[in-house]
Amino acid sequence: MHEMAIAESMLEIVEATARGNAAVRVSAIWLELGALSHVESHALTFCFDAVARGSLAEGARLEIVTLPGEAWCMPCGERVGLQRRGDPCPRCGSHQLEVVRGDEMRVKEIAIA
Amino acid sequence: MCTTCGCGHGDTRIEGVAADRSGDVHRHADGTVHAHAHEGEHGHSHTHAGELDHSPDDGASRHGQGGGLWYRRHLHGGSGSEPAAGAMGDLGAAHAAGMSPTRVVTIERDILAKNDEQARINRQMFADRGLFVLNLVSSPGSGKTSLLVRTIAALEGRVPVAVIEGDQQTARDADRIRATGAPAIQINTGKGCHLDAETVGRAFASLPPVQGGLLFIENVGNLVCPAAFDLGEAHKVVILSVTEGEDKPLKYPDMFHAADLLLINKIDLEPHVEFDADAAIDYARRVRPGLPVICLSATTGEGLAAWIEWLLQGAAAARAARDGDIEALRRRISELESEVARHANAPTA
Repeated sequence: MHEMAIAESMLEIVEATARGNAAVRVSAIWLELGALSHVESHALTFCFDAVARGSLAEGARLEIVTLPGEAWCMPCGERVGLQRRGDPCPRCGSHQLEVVRGDEMRVKEIAIA
Repeated sequence: MCTTCGCGHGDTRIEGVAADRSGDVHRHADGTVHAHAHEGEHGHSHTHAGELDHSPDDGASRHGQGGGLWYRRHLHGGSGSEPAAGAMGDLGAAHAAGMSPTRVVTIERDILAKNDEQARINRQMFADRGLFVLNLVSSPGSGKTSLLVRTIAALEGRVPVAVIEGDQQTARDADRIRATGAPAIQINTGKGCHLDAETVGRAFASLPPVQGGLLFIENVGNLVCPAAFDLGEAHKVVILSVTEGEDKPLKYPDMFHAADLLLINKIDLEPHVEFDADAAIDYARRVRPGLPVICLSATTGEGLAAWIEWLLQGAAAARAARDGDIEALRRRISELESEVARHANAPTA
């Protein structure tokens, strides 16, 4: 359940930015999470609700944008989509894949008042 | 604190002493009252009600979070990474008279940026000391501590060794390491499920100074959470024992993907268990193509030589890199000294 630590890091970023912009409340947070990242979005939402209690971001809505996973397939010599680590190349079935995209965990923007 | 699993930090202890996290999350009821200092001045007395058009840069109020501030109340088209249609309600409400306007601030910051920055600092600190640093990760019970004890004995003092031990509770593992004569420090994460870079940095500072050798960081036994946290190590080494299922690399792919070496431990028990080592290696290489593997037994010492050789090579490379840096620095100092001497000896006009 490392989502707790990730939620705490998230809150720290959100609160610092909100305070820096003289906000009194954060109403929404947009996150980008890669499909191959280390977090489970339901667990993160649950943990964030818990850590945000009593903060500027209490009750803020989390809008999670999932970014697709992508890998470089060595046999195919091209980029292919990858839904999970350990999956084979959807074109040739090889596991000789180098993940190139999909492990993002980013706070993109926040709505404040 | 997570109400489901109790996971989270705040209970971290290093050698039984509470670890201060002064940089931790501050909580405020409304953001208008806080006692701690911020970089840059900003007042909180204004409400911004109706002030939709003031300049984004009017605040010395920003903290350098990156990303400009702008008002997006008309800009959300609902496509791609744009907020979903549901966001329109809130943002539209910004126009209601007498209410604070809602505005959107771009951040674009990696959630783990703070941990990654501390990991970078740790990595530099380790490089300056010529240390080859390994982050040992596995399920509980794979034999990490027994392997370390056996490894330290097999190294026979050829290189200095120090150990940072991570567990939720007790100093048992650090005690076992110290019994070998190697310095060790125990981190108790309390409810935490993984080590982070900040805790490791502080634990390292509490260790007796160690140079030009090996530093092992034995992470909390957990095949999920430590995968996300860079501690500043040279490599994550994942340990899988034959008493576990050979399909663990497929079940826990993030950790096997993050690792640079797989140790298959307890191979002395292989005849007694249904563990298919070839399948385990195949599965591990599906998530991490080309992953090097060493099969060994911490109990009998079988296969240990390859592991020791790998460690000594890494330690020698880390030492050489540091010495190379020092040598380059010495050359530069000597160049500067001769330059100064030349100027000092130059005839004055």
